Amino acid sequence: MSRTARSETASLRGWGRTAPSTAQVIVPRSPDDVSAAVAAAGPRGVIARGLGRSYGDPAQNAGGTVLDMTGLATIVSLDADTGIAVVDGGVSLDTLMRRALPLGLWVPVLPGTRQVTIGGAIAADVHGKNHHAYGSFGNHVRSMDLVSADGTVRTLTPDGPDAELFWATVGGMGLTGVIVRATVALHRTESAYFVVDTDRTADLDELMALLTDGSDDTYGYSAAWFDTTTTGAQLGRAVLTRGSLATRDQLPTTLRRDPLTFDAPQLLTFPDAFPNGLANRVTLRAFSELWYRKAPKRQRGAVQNITTFYQVLDLFGNWNRVYGSRGFLQYQFVVPFGEEATVRRVVEKIAASPHASGLNVLKRFGEANAAPLSFPQPGWTITVDFPITRGLHRFCEELDDLVLPAGGRLYLAKESRASAETIRRGYPRFEEWRKVRDAVDPTGVFTSDLARRLELTS
Amino acid sequence: MGNPQSLLLLGGTSEIGLAVVEAFASDRPLRVVLAARPSARLDAACARLETLGCAVETLPFDARALDTHTEVVRKAFTGGDIDVAIVAFGVLGDNEQAWTDVTAAVELAQVNYTAAVSVGVVLAERLRAQGHGALVAFSSVAGERARRSNFVYGSTKAGLDAFYSGLTEALRPCGVGVTVVRPGFVHTRMTKGLRPAPLSTTPDAVAAVVVDAVRNRRELVWAPAPLRLVMSVLRHLPRAVFRRLPV
Repeated sequence: MSRTARSETASLRGWGRTAPSTAQVIVPRSPDDVSAAVAAAGPRGVIARGLGRSYGDPAQNAGGTVLDMTGLATIVSLDADTGIAVVDGGVSLDTLMRRALPLGLWVPVLPGTRQVTIGGAIAADVHGKNHHAYGSFGNHVRSMDLVSADGTVRTLTPDGPDAELFWATVGGMGLTGVIVRATVALHRTESAYFVVDTDRTADLDELMALLTDGSDDTYGYSAAWFDTTTTGAQLGRAVLTRGSLATRDQLPTTLRRDPLTFDAPQLLTFPDAFPNGLANRVTLRAFSELWYRKAPKRQRGAVQNITTFYQVLDLFGNWNRVYGSRGFLQYQFVVPFGEEATVRRVVEKIAASPHASGLNVLKRFGEANAAPLSFPQPGWTITVDFPITRGLHRFCEELDDLVLPAGGRLYLAKESRASAETIRRGYPRFEEWRKVRDAVDPTGVFTSDLARRLELTS
Repeated sequence: MGNPQSLLLLGGTSEIGLAVVEAFASDRPLRVVLAARPSARLDAACARLETLGCAVETLPFDARALDTHTEVVRKAFTGGDIDVAIVAFGVLGDNEQAWTDVTAAVELAQVNYTAAVSVGVVLAERLRAQGHGALVAFSSVAGERARRSNFVYGSTKAGLDAFYSGLTEALRPCGVGVTVVRPGFVHTRMTKGLRPAPLSTTPDAVAAVVVDAVRNRRELVWAPAPLRLVMSVLRHLPRAVFRRLPV
């Protein structure tokens, strides 16, 4: 191991701020450091960690080793002609985006935050508002270098001899190895702005109708915020914002001079001083009312920057602290098209429960990719945030009982409470993934709190 | 989300211990390991937890058999990590017999103190290795200041309290939380027939305190909470006054 690789014992938790655990954290500075750390892993194994934006425990490994990949963060090459980026696993999407934009290149898949590493984006196969048009992150990876359990580096491609392992690594939550480098195909863009249409709908049915009338496919990006505090005729009233990257001609003249400027400030960082229970039914109801009212009823062609349109929460550092020390849980599921009634029942159930959620997103997913554990599948995905309170666990299980029989599944990157059986039911190709994983890591070197909790590895 | 999934109860027929297990299980079904001497009561506890959806495993465990502790704890961890381990065994004994009869005194000290230290050491090693988890030990307000009426019992709990309070500090850097619980008079089998002290409580109320403490990683709790104040006053009373109190 090179002299620069540091090692210390640290307590780690996910973005949801629940269930911390302690591990030996190593910061590798090179792929060799990664190989050495993997070779030296003890009986409790090793897992890679990026920027810790997964909500639950996939990037924790109690009693074992955690590789903090942010020390391996070089953009190796960025080709303006081909749009191909070769980057280290610890490079964040934010960094890549800032470097790519001046070349007229755009990161093809962006989740709700840019504070995600390339390795994390692949391991969780993250998706964004453009899933219906462009799929998830794994779809854009041309190759990757994986340090596997024996310490060797394998280069994987989506259709080469190691294609199975490639797709087991996409969405594989880091359990097949450590992604030290990846080649990603970027998109071209003329500007860093979006042309956005906004529609406010009276209820959930109107929203889903609007999303299936064919109009959604004319936008590159689409997602809706909806209200879980209203019932009856206003059940799931929503604000749908859809847009596409603006061409230079679509911009007002003031922006045309410098269309690729990346306008993404961080306004403030929340202190860790919020009491538990501040995010409650009353405050979230008020927030929801305001959020709905402030949106225009119908607006066409508004030019917005990435933060306004896309990653509002990136304006605030550590916004998860608002939920207090008890933390929160994000519940995200997808159900296939045709299960609109299930979507409605879930929202009804939340509205009728004592559990309140303010940040609620509904999105229409497009085609799935070849990865057995990739979350997105054609259908409706819903995301809700609940502050941790007594009884929340049971409540989520009741939601599972609606989602799973409808052919739905939960997102592992958000997961912090489900059972092994819930995951197996939601991912029918689980055993296929497990076989590939076990073949490349027969002794279980790669493991995490998530893997132990959900019995993903043997 | 921080709800434990697996729980080990040493003293698997302890009423307070079982109340704690049930309180955790009301949030989500658990994998439970009950370590106790085989008995009809153990079978009944097992059956009741199973109706709550828990997967229950029992292990024969005798606090007096110190040389078996390592093996019992090892077996308890064979099914996977333990999120919460509870040290709940203990005996009250008869104070008059205990301070006049060597065998009775040693027995009380062995079960309440020596055995608690012994399992504490073995559990600490396991929890440290897994890098997470909570350890709960039942002390008693009787250990905070010796009283004429139950000082032998009190002395064993004072020892246990000091050991686990120190263990709290030793395990902190390893990500393992230790909670020392100091209940007052709890209405259980153990205290049946005794005159309840003021602020007496029930196993369920103690369990609620414990669940809250584990969830918020608190290191020392009283059950009920006001005892903390009462005891801090009692602790500082002059002996001449203290011995006249009807407690």
